[in-house]
Amino acid sequence: MESLGVLMLDPMDDYLKQELGRRFQLLRLWDAPPDRHDDFLRANAESIRAVVTGGGSGADAALIDALPGLEIIASYSVGVDRVDLPRCRERGIRVTNTPGVLTDDVADLAVGLAIAALRRIPQADRYLRAGQWKDNGDYPLTTRFSGKRVGIIGLGRIGLAIAKRGEGFDCPVSYYQRRDLAHANYTYYPTVVELARNSDVLVVACSLNEQSRRIVDREVIEALGPRGVLVNIGRGGHVDEPELVSALVDGRLGGAGLDVYADEPDVPEALMALDNVVLAPHMGSGSLETRTAMADLVLGNLEAHVLKKPLLTPVV
Amino acid sequence: MPSPAAAAAAAAQGYGKPMALPAVIFIRRDASFAAALRQRFRILDLYATGQSLGAFLAAAAAASDPPRAAVVAAGGPVRVDAAFLDAVPSLRCVVSTAAGVDHIDLHECARRGVVVANSGRVYSTDVADYAVGMLIDVLRRVSAAERFVRRGLWPVQGDYPLGSKVHFFTSLGGKRVGIIGLGNIGSLIAKRLQAFGCVIYYNSTRPKDSVPYKYFPNVIGLASESDVLVVACALNKETRHIVNKDVLEALGKDGVIINVGRGANVDEAEMVRALQEGRIAGAGLDVFENEPAVPAELLSMDNVVLSPHVAVQTSESRSDLRDHTIANLEAFFSGKPLLSPVLPQYSKVNGTDR
Repeated sequence: MESLGVLMLDPMDDYLKQELGRRFQLLRLWDAPPDRHDDFLRANAESIRAVVTGGGSGADAALIDALPGLEIIASYSVGVDRVDLPRCRERGIRVTNTPGVLTDDVADLAVGLAIAALRRIPQADRYLRAGQWKDNGDYPLTTRFSGKRVGIIGLGRIGLAIAKRGEGFDCPVSYYQRRDLAHANYTYYPTVVELARNSDVLVVACSLNEQSRRIVDREVIEALGPRGVLVNIGRGGHVDEPELVSALVDGRLGGAGLDVYADEPDVPEALMALDNVVLAPHMGSGSLETRTAMADLVLGNLEAHVLKKPLLTPVV
Repeated sequence: MPSPAAAAAAAAQGYGKPMALPAVIFIRRDASFAAALRQRFRILDLYATGQSLGAFLAAAAAASDPPRAAVVAAGGPVRVDAAFLDAVPSLRCVVSTAAGVDHIDLHECARRGVVVANSGRVYSTDVADYAVGMLIDVLRRVSAAERFVRRGLWPVQGDYPLGSKVHFFTSLGGKRVGIIGLGNIGSLIAKRLQAFGCVIYYNSTRPKDSVPYKYFPNVIGLASESDVLVVACALNKETRHIVNKDVLEALGKDGVIINVGRGANVDEAEMVRALQEGRIAGAGLDVFENEPAVPAELLSMDNVVLSPHVAVQTSESRSDLRDHTIANLEAFFSGKPLLSPVLPQYSKVNGTDR
């Protein structure tokens, strides 16, 4: 295997890091202090032909422009909303992601967050560990998960996987996306507001782009209502976060299960203060099995590129 | 014979002789439940009278229209035993507010022709949902991740669980889940987990021909081939400490136990030791041997999810219980079969099919 110069933007995953080091000429951006990154890029620009990035880091125009030899960007994520795709197309740079392998894990977490939010699993755990069961008696009643109306924004791979799990709980499933799929078991709504109005649990499961940015806005949040629960396993950018926080504080929205935020890893203080939200640190694909499979896809895409074979999972 | 509701309506409108609502003994600390029943029955509420059980039963028996039915909560101090039944010979029907009827002497009831009903499937869905929620939580570390976020560690320590010193975080897909007890609850758990790609195994007193899951005649065998063991059976002589040291050993260091049965289904001290020593990987526990006491060692563990016996506690199951209890009572008073009878030959498993 020729020595492809690969720039890894952040540590991401030990296995991926080790394998990249073993198979390619690996440069690690975090070896340089943050204020010296530009110097680091300048010094190594000639040899860098590939970039490995994550969903949060992406690859913006500045980075792309700093690397004249760049041929391929392999993202260790399915979402590539932070990669400047138009710039890549202009330059003829290939872009790959990691679809499919993380579908089930993300769907599992979406449902796990929905159950946790409605049945208050982490809250009850906190209550018990704080000694409240002995001191204050029974934890208050929560609400049943089974049979709740589940509305899914985006019925792609992940949305379908969530729908299938919802069926196991006898949850009526409905969805919004631009195209009506005429699905036999799931009800289509032509707008997100109507979907929200007819849902008890609203799940964001679409990709982030121009059309879907802030797709969950004040109107949608209020349509979901004081007994509704929002689950976001998409991107923080899908939701008007200040509106979400305000609605949760006011009680205009019943609760939320969140895996993503506008400005990770910073979670608004106002959210941390609430007892009706479940907060996860962007771990939708967080299982050893999936992380390994994602890493293997990144490695496989890079190797295919080097061998001039078709890329495994190209976006551009 | 007119239904109690019709009789009450007739009485209210002054048609014919006023017919009293049937008297029902009510033994449960739940004033709103008693109030709901009062719309259809003449409720004799032990805890509202403040009397001793003996005095209360004697007074009930001595009344001109003594009670033919009793609603008695499980898990409390009152047992419906021979003495209870002797004290109120008019009693022909006992309704438990739980699935369990270990507070009711089924043989004594059968001997006297007293029919017994339990809560049927009222709680099954919520318990199944909670078991699945806990399983996802333990495997994917939802509650632990919550603690990480709320302590402000995400900006400081980086990704969770990947960046942290957490070794056990794993997919549900392909996991072998061994369910102890494939009754109402176990079946619902199985159905839900299949949609997540789990492989379902089970143990119960008898194999069930109608289910597609692999049967294991003993729990050690089940544990040795399972990644997750779910306790969803009733508590009785046979199932006390059904998860013991040998079972935990067979489950192994990557194994997880979820308990939504009864604390005493598991040898709690052994389980705590196994968790401390890393001989099993994690646990989701809604029940404990000495509630509300929880072993202190568990309180500092990050690989366990703990809850204060809440698996049944939803507002929906509360109202379902009321509806179901009323339906059983109305069936009895109309001479119809009970909705959820408990028959004496199942007394070994206390009315729930394991």
